[in-house]
Amino acid sequence: MSTEAKVDNSRRNLLVATSVVGGAACVGTLVPFVISMTPSERALAAGAPVEADISKLAPGEMMTVEWRGKPVWIIRRTPEMLASLKKTDSLVSDPTSEKPMQPEYAKNDARAIKPEYLVVVGICTHLGCSPSSKFKQGAEEGMVADWAGGFICPCHGSQFDLAGRVMKSMPAPDNLPVPPHKYLSDARILIGEDDKGA
Amino acid sequence: MKSQVKNLCRLFALLLVLPTMAFASEGGPKLDLAPKEKFSDRAALQHGAKLFINYCLNCHSASYVRYSNLKGIGLTDDQIKDNLLFTGEKVGDLMRIAMQRDDAQVWFGAPPPDLSVIARSRGSEAGSGADWLYSYLRGFYRDPSRPTGWNNTVFDKVGMPHILWELQGDQVLEAEPAAAGGEHGGAHAAHAAPKLKLVKQGTMTPAEYDNAVGDLVAFLVYIGEPTADTRKQLGVLVLVLLSILTLLSYLLKKEFWKDVH
Amino acid sequence: MAAEKQVTTTGLLGWIDERFPLTVMWKQHLSEYYAPRNFNFWYFFGSLALMVLVIQIFTGIFLVMHYKPDASLNASGVPVAFASVEYIMRDVPWGWLIRYMHSTGASAFFIVVYLHMFRGMIYGSYRKPRELIWLFGVFIFLALMAEAFFGYLLPWGQMSYWGAQVIVNLFSAIPLIGDGLSIWLRGDFVVGDATLNRFFSFHVIAIPFVLAGLVVAHIIALHEVGSNNPDGIEIKKKKDPATGIPLDGIPFHPYYTVKDIVGVAVFLIIFSWIIFFAPEGGNYFIEANNFIPADPLKTPPHIAPVWYFTPFYSVLRAVTYPLFGLDAKFWGVVAMGASVLIFAFLPWLDRSPVKSIRYKGPIFKAAITIFVISFIVLGYLGLLAPTAGRTLAAQIFSVLYFAFFLLMPWYSRMDKCKPEPERVTE
Repeated sequence: MSTEAKVDNSRRNLLVATSVVGGAACVGTLVPFVISMTPSERALAAGAPVEADISKLAPGEMMTVEWRGKPVWIIRRTPEMLASLKKTDSLVSDPTSEKPMQPEYAKNDARAIKPEYLVVVGICTHLGCSPSSKFKQGAEEGMVADWAGGFICPCHGSQFDLAGRVMKSMPAPDNLPVPPHKYLSDARILIGEDDKGA
Repeated sequence: MKSQVKNLCRLFALLLVLPTMAFASEGGPKLDLAPKEKFSDRAALQHGAKLFINYCLNCHSASYVRYSNLKGIGLTDDQIKDNLLFTGEKVGDLMRIAMQRDDAQVWFGAPPPDLSVIARSRGSEAGSGADWLYSYLRGFYRDPSRPTGWNNTVFDKVGMPHILWELQGDQVLEAEPAAAGGEHGGAHAAHAAPKLKLVKQGTMTPAEYDNAVGDLVAFLVYIGEPTADTRKQLGVLVLVLLSILTLLSYLLKKEFWKDVH
Repeated sequence: MAAEKQVTTTGLLGWIDERFPLTVMWKQHLSEYYAPRNFNFWYFFGSLALMVLVIQIFTGIFLVMHYKPDASLNASGVPVAFASVEYIMRDVPWGWLIRYMHSTGASAFFIVVYLHMFRGMIYGSYRKPRELIWLFGVFIFLALMAEAFFGYLLPWGQMSYWGAQVIVNLFSAIPLIGDGLSIWLRGDFVVGDATLNRFFSFHVIAIPFVLAGLVVAHIIALHEVGSNNPDGIEIKKKKDPATGIPLDGIPFHPYYTVKDIVGVAVFLIIFSWIIFFAPEGGNYFIEANNFIPADPLKTPPHIAPVWYFTPFYSVLRAVTYPLFGLDAKFWGVVAMGASVLIFAFLPWLDRSPVKSIRYKGPIFKAAITIFVISFIVLGYLGLLAPTAGRTLAAQIFSVLYFAFFLLMPWYSRMDKCKPEPERVTE
């Protein structure tokens, strides 16, 4: 009886040991397969930070650069445009940018590193259409009362102010995201990378 | 059962040996051995990268290779950006060229081949791809009958001019060995290595030139498979794990089979 | 309906068993499938073949995520298909490992299957009542050859291209319809984009389905009649009168599952060694010429099929005489086809009173030795460029190869066999 128990013991130990090593080998084999589905070097290269030259951007104008296949807008805001943000404070759903739609350094009134330049990803946070700009001020049918300039999404009519903040009771839940970016010089912005190594 | 295993091993050994015997008997152009120790020498590889980008990457692309692959031979992002990239290129970019293929067709008779896997494609019974490249890049000689003025000992009637000429200088072919029948062609390749004589030295001594070509070839081998190092390192780990699994499963099998025997 | 069924399991398993014969299948194929106790080294290759099939399907699924069957040239002037393979090798994380597993797996598959077939030949596993197992096996081998052939075109290198060109042109040897047939197969006048796309379709969808189905049939047929063994005797003839279990049988699980794990582990060591340290398999598994993109205008100086096709390729090249007003090319193709299909007739060619080589006489031992030598020599010659001497050698060994099969009805009956034992020996 005791010898039988002994045999069973060593059998169980070996079973456990083989299963553990074999299981580790299986999991170890699976890992490369799972990782192979993450973005390839090509996708990463295409998603590499892009530089934008803003030296020729006139006040009140915007430019679009492509980063990771998405439009990134750079808007050089005039003092009046910046002033309009005070008016929209009461109209937008997240006036103080509490939701993490921007890096820490853009969590301010203008949602920008330098208030003059707004850098946002031009993709509506509702279902991914790209809103169009509507900088002209003044009341208009269908627009938020006393339109102070901003963006409107052609798909479901979400409206944003000139800091990319979404108006209250719109289909879009969040403000337009501010991508990681930094100033290489006064005239050059690097989009997709900041000093915090994002 | 043991003898069967033994026989099988013998059979496999025979199978492995047979082809090499045949290849040896077939002959082919005699190739000089590329300096293998450079393949893992980072300084050599970096020097090779520089030569490659300066001399090869004008006409030949390496269109599967990214500049970021150079990190694998010890260069940093900034070193790549500052020393090896043209303006406007990014570290993640592929090593492409501006030359149009149609133009190349006209200029060289055939578009210069992409060099990404050149070292892997040139292996033959005569030697590894590296050996071939090492011999080829040192085998250019003056031949007025060719449109470019150059011919090559391992690639007869090659369309490519001797791009490293300034470094090496001028070589000429010594008189063919008596056995050969005067005619140029694939023929002389099959005989003993044709003798080349340096008639005018370039900016490098022959030793320096061989060294530089060795570095360049090492780099070509590297870009042929940038993951080769990872592969071998991981392989050791995998084999260790599998050996443990083999041992354990063998003991497990013996344990269970006590019932049967 | 549940009332009629005798379900003894409970809980989740019981719930399933009432609706699906899970426990029944487990017992039938593993825990109460009684295999002879005397399996030796040669019996590893069946389970190994199954494992390689799983490896190939699994790695294949992941390769298809990145591979593009497109013969057009990209911006750098490289065919998209060729470039996508290098993309897998470099840009896809761990893509190189998956690709090397697949390319090495292809050769491993043939090594394992050839050894598995050889096992069947020396122990008479094709004999009654296992003829259908053997036939399914021959069909698996045919499907495997097709699978390998279609897959080999996909990297779109020089060897891929010209290999496919040569093999498809074999069909043009068929009188009258040959030329039209080969154009229909290619979908073009040369191997081109259309060919690449249909080969891709066959390689990833059609043939894998056929293979999987045949493997299931192979195993069902095996479990119906029971496994053969190195003694070539039927263990079902001697059963325990009380339990009805063969006296020389042991449950496949756990005894052969634990044994096969050892085989799998040893196999994986060799397999991994090749993947990690010699993925080109000495220029036999991935050929140097296949690192050159396909060029329809330039045939490489020496082209040979991949090593696993070369024995049959040699037979093809050995036929150099026209016959009955048909050219040598036609007869070469016929001979090559015959050299593969002739395996299917083994069950009816062998008239020996015993199955296993252990009890067969000297004639069979000599014959199978000559066969193995012929097979290896033909395979070796197929790798080389033909010369007059080599063609003569290929002719001699082709005759010997066929003689092994065609003379078997006579020599197997003449042979001096030893008596088979009553029970299996150790």
